[in-house]
Amino acid sequence: MDEEKRIGVFICHCGTNIAGVIDVKELAEYAKTLPNVAHAQDYTYMCSTPGQAMIRDSIKEHNLNGTVVAACSPRLHEPTFRKATEEGGVNSFLFSMANIREQDTWVHMEEPEKAMEKAKDVVRMEVARASMLEPLTPKTVPVEKAALVIGAGIAGIQASLELADAGIKTYLVEKEPSIGGNMSRLDKTFPTLDCSQCILTPKMVDVERNPNIELMTYSEVEDVSGYIGNFDVTIRQKSRYVYEDKCNGCGKCQEVCPVSRPNEFDLGLMPRKAAYVPFPQAVPLKFTIDMDSCIKCDLCKGEEACGDLEAIDFDKPDELTTVKVGSIIVATGFDMYDVERKEEWGYKVFDNVVTGIEMERLISASGPTGGNIIRPSDGQKPKSVGFVLCAGSRDQDEEDGAKPYCSRVCCMYSLKHAHQLIEKIPGCVPYLFYMDIRSFGKAYEEFYYRIQNEGGKFIRGRVARITEDPITKNLTVTAEDTLLGTPVEMEVDLVVLANAVVPAESTQKVKTLLTLSNSPDGWLLEAHPKLNPMSTTTDGVFLAGMCQGPRDIPDVVAHAAAAAAAASIPIHKGSVTLEPIYAIVDQEHCGGCATCIGVCPYGATELNEVDSKLVASVNEAKCKGCGTCGSACPSGAIKMQHFTNEQIMSEIEAFAQGW
Amino acid sequence: MAEEFEPNILGILCNWCTYAGADLAGTSRTQYPPNVRVIRIMCTGRLDPAFVLKALSVGADGVLVSGCHVGDCHYLAGNFKSRRRVALLRKLIEEYGYDRERLRMTFISASEGAIWAEVVQDMVNTIKKLGPNPLKQVGAAGAAGQVGVVADDEF
Repeated sequence: MDEEKRIGVFICHCGTNIAGVIDVKELAEYAKTLPNVAHAQDYTYMCSTPGQAMIRDSIKEHNLNGTVVAACSPRLHEPTFRKATEEGGVNSFLFSMANIREQDTWVHMEEPEKAMEKAKDVVRMEVARASMLEPLTPKTVPVEKAALVIGAGIAGIQASLELADAGIKTYLVEKEPSIGGNMSRLDKTFPTLDCSQCILTPKMVDVERNPNIELMTYSEVEDVSGYIGNFDVTIRQKSRYVYEDKCNGCGKCQEVCPVSRPNEFDLGLMPRKAAYVPFPQAVPLKFTIDMDSCIKCDLCKGEEACGDLEAIDFDKPDELTTVKVGSIIVATGFDMYDVERKEEWGYKVFDNVVTGIEMERLISASGPTGGNIIRPSDGQKPKSVGFVLCAGSRDQDEEDGAKPYCSRVCCMYSLKHAHQLIEKIPGCVPYLFYMDIRSFGKAYEEFYYRIQNEGGKFIRGRVARITEDPITKNLTVTAEDTLLGTPVEMEVDLVVLANAVVPAESTQKVKTLLTLSNSPDGWLLEAHPKLNPMSTTTDGVFLAGMCQGPRDIPDVVAHAAAAAAAASIPIHKGSVTLEPIYAIVDQEHCGGCATCIGVCPYGATELNEVDSKLVASVNEAKCKGCGTCGSACPSGAIKMQHFTNEQIMSEIEAFAQGW
Repeated sequence: MAEEFEPNILGILCNWCTYAGADLAGTSRTQYPPNVRVIRIMCTGRLDPAFVLKALSVGADGVLVSGCHVGDCHYLAGNFKSRRRVALLRKLIEEYGYDRERLRMTFISASEGAIWAEVVQDMVNTIKKLGPNPLKQVGAAGAAGQVGVVADDEF
């Protein structure tokens, strides 16, 4: 060691979170006895302004050249204390953090003496590590002035428009033939009752017209490499078997196509052709040939149809495009819970049991019935409709794949359906079977009162069973009215299951590509649930909308705009600072065995001839700092910076001083 | 033994999954035995076999390596490599006279705080049954820290 190590140890009380379990004064006294410790003190909140000032001042006062803060998890405050250390004039990588809250006082509250022992051990280990740390210099790299948005529902649309308006080139990738997502399926939106399509389609058209947005529909992200500021993204544009530049959306191909298939957009309630657009307002209005159902009769290519336009080509291949972007927004949305798994409610067994989103299509003027609400069994207008709220939400039944969380939209859309039934069918009575009505948003509670006054009937209780009269196809809903404490049996004409929202299946692939995590409920994990709900643990990757958790349209739009703002920060800044945590090769010791080449997942290690000897080197820009090469190198020639063998070994040795 | 044996277990956790999961156990105030001291590495792929041998040689009663679920590695496949290393290491430590159960690898995600608590409890139970590190049992003079099965200059 060139100079004598002088480490300062700062013990945080974190109010009573730490100090309420262990004796922080004693811990500070203990720290003073450790080798290389020149100063130790405790304070109520180390992360506060005076706490940070204490670090800066102590560095100067005691001539420190390393710091250890014993407080919360480094995953929370490592950046804070690194900065304080840097401001004190010491390289920020000469700081180490002892986690004595999340992994000590919070989990061993009932055994304070043992928690104290552990705190001492942890501080000793971190002091040992800090004694071995080396100064590092972060690297600054330029940022690509473009962004990628994955998913073009309302979240992706909003995020793209915000980015584009901020002058950022935005690639918007959507797996379906049209943008619009689930919102385009809705009829009216609660509580204002403005029509979903009327507020959405102008935005869809804006997306298509915005010169800064490059729209890629019927496309999927195939591969992502690189890092914040410099992502290389490969996108597969699936073949529509129609040249988008030639197709004018006239729809003649659809008219002549003899094949009929259930339209996914209408949840199969309406047919579509093999040559189709999912819905009339589709953006882009370009036809797609569904090759799985196409019988290649060539009618669509004939004189009567596409003819001279020659837009259709059955041999048109998929195209792979690679784009370079600085940041990525994930907006992959949600799917509906498969409520068929709840056998007691008879979905897909009884004709007159439908889901909430099917009800949207039944109410919609562009839906299969032209907006006439009818029962599927006989086409009659229902006079009584039962709503089963929390169908798969707030339900601990794991066997049925039900979700313990609240889906946050079902109460409100069921209230909206109730209103629409009362409005459209005179005399129709909606019965809502609920656990709690969660009308938490702006003007939502007022909407709830409105439906009560309009004649909506509310029965507080979970629906245990639905049975069908085989002749009339009417349904009997059995529940317990928990307010009256009596069982209820009610015959209704139609039942609507307000099924839960679940993470979209397509999110899984994106999650793997971008190395994201998910919360226990399956939604994508944010960097911080309260203070950073639009960022992820992968730098440069952000979340917008339902992919992070259930929320309604206003919240999705706000979240998406927040994600766009966050994603534009590195782009507008023009450069990002990368952690200098990458591997380096001691070429003198390298034997050129190429073991590191095989284990590196990023192709960051390469073999070159230096002085007529084959040696490995690490491409700093490609290296992400996992350290796999360092542990595989048989010659010990690879040094994983900030996690070197010496640093980790010193921790293990300090650990062993505990007995 | 008059006093009940309390194992000293070294936890080597990856930053992205299990370390975050262990933090979550803290945030959720899930209580578990205080026998594990944690070293944080970015990825379990960083696990040098020497770390495990060193820990056992200086008297650790057990080593618990834990990373992301297979397929969920933040660095694509570091946990695969670590899994192979641990499988071999378990055989190797047996050659040195350690029960293979003293080394364990688990896969715990950032959302599985409760599972982390369970795993620690289970590991502590296992090690309690196995008793202290054999080096400590032999070297009653308390010199366990100095008895090295792996030459120190190797590091």
